[in-house]
Amino acid sequence: MMGRDLLAIEDLDRADLERILETAQRMEEVGRRDVKKVPTLRGRTLINLFFEASTRTRTSFEIAGKRLSADVVNFTPSSSSLKKAESILDTAMTLDAMAPDAVVVRHAVAGVPKRIADALEAPVINAGDGAHEHPTQALLDLFTVWQEKGRLDGLTVTIVGDIVHSRVARSNLYAFSKLGAEVRLAAPPTMLPPAVEALGVKAYTSLREALEGADVVMLLRIQQERLDGCFFPSIREYAATFGLDRAKLRYAKDDAIVMHPGPINRGVEIAHDLADRRPSVILDQVRNGVAVRMAVLYLFAGRNPRREG
Amino acid sequence: MTPSLDARVVLDDTAIRRALVRIAHELVEHNERLDELYLVAIPNGGVPLARSIAANLHQIADLEVPVGILDTTLYRDDLLSRGDRPPLRRTEMPSAVDGRVVVLVDDVVSTGRTIRAAMDALMDFGRPQAVQVVGLVDRGHRELPIKIDYVGKNLPTRRGERVELRGLAGGLEGPLEVVVRGDGEAGQPEGVTA
Amino acid sequence: MGRIVIRSGRLLDPSTGRDETCDLLVEDGRIAACGRGLPAEGALAIDATGAWVVPGLIDLHAHLREPGQEYKEDIASGGRAAVAGGFSAVACMANTHPVNDDPAVTEYILDRARHESPARVYPIAAATRGLAGEVMTEMSALVEAGVIAFSDDGKTIMDSGVMRRVLEYSGLVRVPVIVHAEDCTLVRDGVVNEGPVSTRLGLPGNPAAAEAILVARDLLLAELTGAHLHVAHVSTAAALELIRSARERGVHVTAEVTPHHLTLTDEATLGYDTNTKMAPPLRSERDVRACRAALADGTLDAIATDHAPHAVHEKDVEFTAAPPGVIGLETAVPVTLELVRAGDLTPLEWARRLSTNPARIAARPGGSLAVGAPADVAVIDPERRWRYDPAKGFSKSRNSPWAGREMIGRAIATLVEGRLVYDVERGVLVP
Repeated sequence: MMGRDLLAIEDLDRADLERILETAQRMEEVGRRDVKKVPTLRGRTLINLFFEASTRTRTSFEIAGKRLSADVVNFTPSSSSLKKAESILDTAMTLDAMAPDAVVVRHAVAGVPKRIADALEAPVINAGDGAHEHPTQALLDLFTVWQEKGRLDGLTVTIVGDIVHSRVARSNLYAFSKLGAEVRLAAPPTMLPPAVEALGVKAYTSLREALEGADVVMLLRIQQERLDGCFFPSIREYAATFGLDRAKLRYAKDDAIVMHPGPINRGVEIAHDLADRRPSVILDQVRNGVAVRMAVLYLFAGRNPRREG
Repeated sequence: MTPSLDARVVLDDTAIRRALVRIAHELVEHNERLDELYLVAIPNGGVPLARSIAANLHQIADLEVPVGILDTTLYRDDLLSRGDRPPLRRTEMPSAVDGRVVVLVDDVVSTGRTIRAAMDALMDFGRPQAVQVVGLVDRGHRELPIKIDYVGKNLPTRRGERVELRGLAGGLEGPLEVVVRGDGEAGQPEGVTA
Repeated sequence: MGRIVIRSGRLLDPSTGRDETCDLLVEDGRIAACGRGLPAEGALAIDATGAWVVPGLIDLHAHLREPGQEYKEDIASGGRAAVAGGFSAVACMANTHPVNDDPAVTEYILDRARHESPARVYPIAAATRGLAGEVMTEMSALVEAGVIAFSDDGKTIMDSGVMRRVLEYSGLVRVPVIVHAEDCTLVRDGVVNEGPVSTRLGLPGNPAAAEAILVARDLLLAELTGAHLHVAHVSTAAALELIRSARERGVHVTAEVTPHHLTLTDEATLGYDTNTKMAPPLRSERDVRACRAALADGTLDAIATDHAPHAVHEKDVEFTAAPPGVIGLETAVPVTLELVRAGDLTPLEWARRLSTNPARIAARPGGSLAVGAPADVAVIDPERRWRYDPAKGFSKSRNSPWAGREMIGRAIATLVEGRLVYDVERGVLVP
């Protein structure tokens, strides 16, 4: 059985993941009704504690919470450049005083949701911590592929981009591996995490090889800051070697789908003409995000296994 | 699904079929606008029963009554006080609810909370003209003022006993039976509802 | 000064190789006699049955935070923590506020120590002014004021030309230059050992090569200049290989290792506890094994705690923002006794690396129980079980990875200059 918090896909087993996906499928049906609301979390409080700004993910959690009739409160702790560090204990104690039923935390530094979870009674859901994990993104990616392909076992999933700095890549590599897919990572050598093959995946510096026979191609966003950190020489070179266009996509299977957690850099990691329609399923990912987050809230909010029999 | 010495069969497959035929007749007898009927099953037990009733209505009165499935889990009043979250079941509502005479179908009715949750759910789908309730077994112990319009069998039970609808061959396909288990009996309920 | 007799302990004196059960008599601040059944009227008697009697431990590397950051620790509390851990002397690093790069600051520290600290305090001065890595400090004046070594610890002198001159000039005063070896252009924002653990954690990594590259550079510079280089807190197998081969070539190099680098691997950071964040970081299983082997074969000369107090509010932040470092004076004994229990070191060799060798590197008396030696003595009960609660310790800070753990082994009495300054029942007794 799952623990009190959802901090990392690394902590979940296959049965847990399947349970969340099945629940998400039920929640998707709720999203197709006229009245897209059920009273399940009525009178419950969900706090979005986003130290790192993110309109998409926060809005997705907010909609998910409201569809379950929860009261959603958004907390964006001030991130003035003077105040470098937030006392985690102080933050947690302030929240605890409000007796929330779930706290969704996003932070630019890995490990903060775990530290908050250690200090709080309420369940904590990790909405992204540094380069560590982004569990609900991986769950909605799993769900999207499952809906498209009808299965996950035996699929080949290729993740392309700045892997070393990507929490989406990490969560996805755990998620897809646990459900029986073969996961490949493709990136310039400077962007592959040290010893990553110990996690059961294959690392490639050739995009072509990584794409051979892939069922799913997942692209990650390239950030300008990485240029300054000397991770790659120019956007132009990145786009030429690792950007996906129709020509390179031909190495993948004919019915391969293209995914991206957003926001996309058109013309960099993905060509203009690939972004907006099949085989891209990027908009499905966004839509599925609400159903998946509703499932997560259903399964985790208001639970305290320590108090349960 | 091992047969338990302590489980006694209170309705066998034949008795269930007869009851469902009788209930279909009663539905026809008590409703004027038969073309507005909409059978809505509460999973899991209500599903084979509703399908059976629909087949019976087709035979008796040449009716094509739509059958919907409405999971009530998200409307339960006891979800957050429980430990584990129960699994969600499929909801499929092929027809709109507005203006319909919705006939909720459940296998075992006890406290009435499931029927109440089903009505809450139903109201989110639209505004039925009327709501009626079919319960294959009424085992009493009401906690809410819910009445069953069409009962298969009244079955007085002790609170601690468990009453469930199950298929003889596993699942809910094929022949069915209703069994009562003694207090404290472990068992995997397929159709048990509160 | 009074007489103290320590009875029936297992005497371990690395300076003479002595390892036997006997009594030790202390008088007027010196070791007076050693033998069985020593007569001792009027002497305070300490029963050391079942315990070891070793020279007072000497810590070559601690941060006492005074002057300037007394909220974390000061010379008084640091001195008390030291004697509670069996240390009769502790060397304090220069990264205070103001930096100890001037004899006035050195004299201040020594004055505070004289009045407030039950343990001896040996100041280490900065190698460059303000720790800026550019201009040398006045080594001659500082040694005269009482410093035992020079170090920019906390930082590394990245300019090789400056480091060469620092090493070269140190020949004038013949004290070691202690290097905190980290190539900061390689480390960048790394906070945990680079490897599978940093990948799982999603935190920037600090590669082992960052230490090895700097150690290689400074060994070659020491060879070039003939200086005494002392490498602080070695943590990698790569650096150890370099030190070993340099020593074989005749380079004057000594090296120390911390208790945590001998017993914890980078896997300890998997829960993001900032009390597992140190500089250098905890390393791989392979590096830990190499450190243990190097300590056993003498490549590493000494164990030094790198006691680095930080306030609770400073550590209770996200991992990347927390200052690195953990306290260690009160836990060094039980943690390093694990190596004796594992068979890596004999009790005598353990005592040598915590007392005799540090005394030699610091060029100060100590590390000996020979008759006539200053009576700095520690009585260690190697079997004593206790639960470590930093809140109940003598350090002002609590940042320890061993908080709450069951420990085996403890200092039960400490003497400095013939006075009993600590016993485990009554705590610190002076000043």
